[in-house]
Amino acid sequence: MENRKVVVVPCSGIGKSLGTVGRVATYKVIEQMKPEKTRTVCLALLTMGDDDALKLVRENPCIAVDGCPAQCSKKNIEASKGDLAYNMVVTDFLRRNRSLKPEGVIELNDQGDKLAEIIARALSEKADEILRKEKCK
Amino acid sequence: MTLATGKVGIICCSGEDLPEGTISRVATRLVLEKLRPDQTVTLCLPLFLAGGEDERAFARVFPTIAVDGCSKKCAEAGTKKFSGKPVATILVSEVMKKYPQLKIKSREKLEPQEMELAAKVAEEIVKKVDEILCKTAKK
Repeated sequence: MENRKVVVVPCSGIGKSLGTVGRVATYKVIEQMKPEKTRTVCLALLTMGDDDALKLVRENPCIAVDGCPAQCSKKNIEASKGDLAYNMVVTDFLRRNRSLKPEGVIELNDQGDKLAEIIARALSEKADEILRKEKCK
Repeated sequence: MTLATGKVGIICCSGEDLPEGTISRVATRLVLEKLRPDQTVTLCLPLFLAGGEDERAFARVFPTIAVDGCSKKCAEAGTKKFSGKPVATILVSEVMKKYPQLKIKSREKLEPQEMELAAKVAEEIVKKVDEILCKTAKK
């Protein structure tokens, strides 16, 4: 139980900037905010049923971060019988932050980066909450 | 279902856990946005599983190039499994061997050296796109 990390799984969203927002938010959490408590996995590996990826999402709590309502990350974690603890959709955050207009897939504009920062903070809090609840079990 | 003419589908792995995955993604976008915007289309790989029949028809409608970050070749295997066999595969880790001076470590924002490698991978994709379009035009 001690070694469990929250696996943050962004969608691969390559068609729209919202996929990149989720991806950048994930990196902010796993590389800067909570590197000791979180990690990620390639969603494509899950889609392909890779044994190591399946083991990881089944043995650790996961947060899906999806760019659009197709929710590829959430659906792929569920299809993998992963431990889906929570899921976030970038469009929900965009609705609550209407002044921000994310643009760019190769590189996000400043507003996209701000939205990613907001999502990263929410992700970070959620990861703490999930691990706190696990300790109390 | 017949192949659409004049467009090539590009499916990249986007591998979130590896710098090579980000290179595959950026190279694909360079082709889509700058190098061959009118001749290429893409689809998110995990949408093959999460989406419906329209998404899964992708590689039957478009001749497709898979762009993979590592030797696990998820884009190639996923496209073949859910949609149709890709016409070609570009492997980032193989392209890297041609440019050993270009080192990569970032998964988020690419440094200039990493952008240079993404541009090299994009060039390889473009070569394949042009080859495929020439072949389909001759038919």
